[in-house]
Amino acid sequence: MDFQSRSMRLNHAWRNATNYFIGGLSILATIVVIVPLIAILIHLVYKGASSLNLDFFTKIPAPVGQTGGGMANAIVGSGIILGLASLMGIPIGIAAGVYLAEFGHGKHLANAVRFTADVLNGVPSIVMGISVYSLWVFLGYRPLSALAGSVALAIMMIPTVTRTTEEMLATVPHAIREAALGLGVPKWRTVISVSLRTASPGIITGCMLAFARVAGETAPLLFTAFGNAFWSFKLTEPIAALPLQIYVYALSPYDEWHRLAWAGSLVLIVLIMVSVTLVRIFANRGVLKGGS
Amino acid sequence: MSPILPIPPAVSSPEPALAATNTSTSLSPIRDFLNKRGSGRAADNSFAAVMLVCACSIFAIVLFILTILVMRSHLSLVAFGWKFFTRGAWDPVSGDFGALPFVFGTVATSLLALLIAVPLALGVAIFLSELCPRPLRAPISFLTELLAAIPSVIYGLWAIFVLVPLIRDPIGPFLVKTLGWTGFFSGPNFGVGLLTASIILAIMILPIISSLTRDIMLAVPNSQREAVLALGATKWEMIRVGVLRNSRIGIVGAIMLGLGRALGETMAVTMVIGNHPEIHKSLFAPGYTLASVIANEFSEATGDLYYSALFEIGLALFLVTIVVNAIARLMVWAVTRGAPTRVG
Repeated sequence: MDFQSRSMRLNHAWRNATNYFIGGLSILATIVVIVPLIAILIHLVYKGASSLNLDFFTKIPAPVGQTGGGMANAIVGSGIILGLASLMGIPIGIAAGVYLAEFGHGKHLANAVRFTADVLNGVPSIVMGISVYSLWVFLGYRPLSALAGSVALAIMMIPTVTRTTEEMLATVPHAIREAALGLGVPKWRTVISVSLRTASPGIITGCMLAFARVAGETAPLLFTAFGNAFWSFKLTEPIAALPLQIYVYALSPYDEWHRLAWAGSLVLIVLIMVSVTLVRIFANRGVLKGGS
Repeated sequence: MSPILPIPPAVSSPEPALAATNTSTSLSPIRDFLNKRGSGRAADNSFAAVMLVCACSIFAIVLFILTILVMRSHLSLVAFGWKFFTRGAWDPVSGDFGALPFVFGTVATSLLALLIAVPLALGVAIFLSELCPRPLRAPISFLTELLAAIPSVIYGLWAIFVLVPLIRDPIGPFLVKTLGWTGFFSGPNFGVGLLTASIILAIMILPIISSLTRDIMLAVPNSQREAVLALGATKWEMIRVGVLRNSRIGIVGAIMLGLGRALGETMAVTMVIGNHPEIHKSLFAPGYTLASVIANEFSEATGDLYYSALFEIGLALFLVTIVVNAIARLMVWAVTRGAPTRVG
């Protein structure tokens, strides 16, 4: 202490104090961030769980003023739209990802595709909705249909699936590919049976991530799937969807509908959280460790 | 491309000394198969072509959206031009369309959301990457990523039933008492308005900014941190000089990505902004954003000019978010050198 002058000691004290202060601020920031999340989740469970009963999952909405009823048509409708969207979007996305990872090394086109996919991820979903609406009108079909909604969601899935597939394929060690090629396996067969198979857990989790993301999207469905108060399985008719129904009920003035909106939100968020958690668990498994 | 295995030249006459089992007439099954298959060039090329077509679908999607938006907003572009965004009247009844109130609403809510979210996101990123004890790191980062997974309609639902009453009662009068002198908190407070929309937007863009910032901070090499510590810095000084200074560009890119998300956010904002196309100074006043007007009025639009005006708003939204996202991605890429580790 004798070697430190008074100004040095003051300087050290000030710097230490700043250090602890900023540390405290960052802890405070983390708490401020976590609190709304926990609050939302608790509120959802509290409000939604009491309305979840068998009726909710089996009945369609009751007329206004009557209690009871459920969101069965919305859950099934969401399932149909999401299934179709996955059927259309996932193969194209995986193929694009395969191109980027296997055939596109160093090519300018591949870099452009990668960049465009990232940018496309940031486009507002409502723009996709009105674009698909116009496409349907342009083609001469009625735009309020389940198929249009699926196409809008598929367009949203493609960039996400492309990027995750590319990243997962990049983790496959080159040695495996070279071994297969050295045995005389053609390139296309190598890609399918060796690279894709090795990276398949990662690719599946990427698809689940994209699925979870579009499962909660409402804006593209506002003008395409449009919503339906009854059971509908025809692809050219409007169809109910869970996020759409939640939106309509939330803005309505009826308490009964608010109750259903909370229950629907709980179902939706459980679905999404399960997917996200599974993604986290499986993110590091199944890919050969030890790269080259 | 030559075959993988060399094809042996045809043997004209079998030599007695080399009359082994697999020469001349009987080849090994593998060699037989490979000869029959040939070079396999056609299959390889067609497979690569199919993958290429699928990759170009991304370009096709962007071109499709651009073309169709320009086509459908043609009427409005011809009638108002780009001055559309500086005219203040939105009067569908008399056919007078001007998007200034929406531009104001979008910019005001996005900027205020950034103002709230950026310090918090930076704080979380600093905490998670430098100060957090190792066992807590995974759960807390998982929780912040969970924030990003919640759909916006659920945020809107929560905002209507929890945030709006909060702003109406405890928070609103408190803000008037403390910050009322600024003039930003005048007028009646119904709970819905620019302030509520900004708060819910801030909650929504926070996880994007914080997780990207964390990735960028992790990309700074440890040698930088050690060098600053070796000079006798405290932990905060090490972060400030060794990490943040090196990742400035990337952090700006992360903030811009959050801005891009905030500009285009539709559902949660539509539910709490009040949907009133006028410009007020007070943050308690209801407003309207570009995305909200499309969401609310598209299905009820009558007349071609009305539709066209809404499409022009959609076109502007598309172009602005593309530009903002492109610049942001370039910045993040410049710092992390290569494919960013997080998608979306």
